[in-house]
Amino acid sequence: MILEVKNLVLRFYTFDGVIHALNGVSFDLEAGETLAIVGESGSGKTVAMMSLLNLLPVPPAKIEQGEAIFYDDKGQVDLLRTTKQERCRIRGGRIGYIFQDALSALNPVMTVGRQISESLTEHLGMTYAEAYKRTIELLKHVGIPGAKQRYKNYPHQFSGGMRQRVMIAIAIACNPKIVIADEPTTALDVTVQAQIVDLTRQLQKELSIAVIWITHDLGVVAGIADRVLVMYAGSPVEISPVDDLYENPRHPYTKGLLAALPRMDQSVRKLVSIEGAPPDLLEPPRHCQFAWRCSLVSERCWQEIPLPVETGPRHFVSCFADP
Amino acid sequence: MQRYILSRVIQSILILFGVLFIIFFMLQLTGDPVSLMVSRNATPEQIEALREEMGFNRPMVIQFADFITGAVVGDFGMSLRHRQPAMKLILERLPATVELAAVALLLSLAIGIPLGLLGGSNPKSVWDTLARGAGLMGQTIPNFWLALILIVVFSVNLGWFPTFGRETYEFMGLNLPTRSVILPSFALGLFTTGQIVRFTRSAVLEIKNEDYVRTAYSKGLSENHIYIRHILRNASIPLISIVGVQFGYLLSGSIYIETIFSWPGLGNLLAESIGNRDFALIQAIAFFTSLVVVALNLLTDIAYGLADPRIRYGD
Repeated sequence: MILEVKNLVLRFYTFDGVIHALNGVSFDLEAGETLAIVGESGSGKTVAMMSLLNLLPVPPAKIEQGEAIFYDDKGQVDLLRTTKQERCRIRGGRIGYIFQDALSALNPVMTVGRQISESLTEHLGMTYAEAYKRTIELLKHVGIPGAKQRYKNYPHQFSGGMRQRVMIAIAIACNPKIVIADEPTTALDVTVQAQIVDLTRQLQKELSIAVIWITHDLGVVAGIADRVLVMYAGSPVEISPVDDLYENPRHPYTKGLLAALPRMDQSVRKLVSIEGAPPDLLEPPRHCQFAWRCSLVSERCWQEIPLPVETGPRHFVSCFADP
Repeated sequence: MQRYILSRVIQSILILFGVLFIIFFMLQLTGDPVSLMVSRNATPEQIEALREEMGFNRPMVIQFADFITGAVVGDFGMSLRHRQPAMKLILERLPATVELAAVALLLSLAIGIPLGLLGGSNPKSVWDTLARGAGLMGQTIPNFWLALILIVVFSVNLGWFPTFGRETYEFMGLNLPTRSVILPSFALGLFTTGQIVRFTRSAVLEIKNEDYVRTAYSKGLSENHIYIRHILRNASIPLISIVGVQFGYLLSGSIYIETIFSWPGLGNLLAESIGNRDFALIQAIAFFTSLVVVALNLLTDIAYGLADPRIRYGD
């Protein structure tokens, strides 16, 4: 085990009220595995990951409780309670982050090469010349042709796919243990998406990195993930090995998501969807958050918050209706 | 980039011709210049003779052509008061004004950027209050009033600086500034300082929420590194345009400040020449000021392209 998140509760204190963004998120991550986190917009996928690296603005964000133990070579650290130095060492050095929109996530007035090499000089204590050499290697490694010329280019001179490759190079530059990929393929067209997915898998194997892949594309999940965490309205509803999830989804929300996937082998008139909309996060959760939209809802669902129950090997579901 | 610069140079030249046109016809609008030059009890023959001598009896087009051909080589005629070429007088006064403007700009940058950075990076802190206060006061306090207060406090009471005049220190053939420049340049740069504080602060506030700053944090860089290499570098782009405009304003010479401190610069010369109705000199100063502003705008545009790789024109 390399990361263990327990009962993470996070709220945003805004002018409109308190937003209950994460209501007890727990999961773990094995070294070298790929965990996909799926869920619709606003389900807390990105917030959960950013809170691990303290990337959320405080205030409005506030971590109310929970812990996130990162098992490092130098002992274990609770990511939610790090000192400034620990935070700087872990960010980029131990955990890399790939952001969704590479154009806005790269500094427009700094050369691409410099944006990669600055974390090398910061974390690995390389000289400028060493960092330059390593950056050229990294650019080649992530499949950017003409690395030496490209080093001096600015982000706006790259295509979308190439920019995402640069983001990947930044994330893996210091040989991290974990890479968090926050919907890295969302802004790309399908062929480039496939290239980025392949590149990530290849790098993950070579460098034995654990990857947390945030997405709402269940098609991508099937191709890359070892395990899947399904999130709904700030709570994890199901976590399972990938094959088991597709063959045997237990939570009504997961079932709804899989049913909503359009299939190539059937002609469909109307796309399937889950009735209703996600709950208002301004209301503190008092019962199952999916109760409003659930077809299997019972009296108990309106009174208690379901806790995860193990229903198969490494397969946990938070649902009362599940037999 | 070269093509862009060339087209901007041509544009600038056209603007300067427009300026010459306005300067020339403004003079005509003020009435017959000859009547201002002769004594009140001059005879009509004397007036006519002077008109003949100055060439004011020629057709307007010829006069304008004459004015333009002179202006192109920097000849604006003789100053009526000083009996010397107007351009020569300007060039004599120029070093004092350049010294004042350059020191004023350096002071504004040295005070404005750090204060704006501190304020913008810690909103609602003591530094931020200080930055907002400095920005507001810098832009609202009248500089001639502050100049008088500075003289009373620092020159008269404390005796740290001279009350007026310019002293230079000669070193290897250069006239280096001495402490006599401090008070006038501080008063002159007051407005610019206020603007730079406000712009830096708001640029930092905006930029620190950008996605690429979050990326920089996710790389584990130190706060100082992020503020200097990522935030300030991006904030410098809007600052360049302010600095360009403000330096033009500072260089065109401040009549108030130079008069209060008896600073022997262009502003002082302009005030004097207006008092004397010295038309050749006023025209020359007006043209020279426009030249400086147009040239600085051109340089600002070029600097903009260098600071922001996204707008390296025509690449």
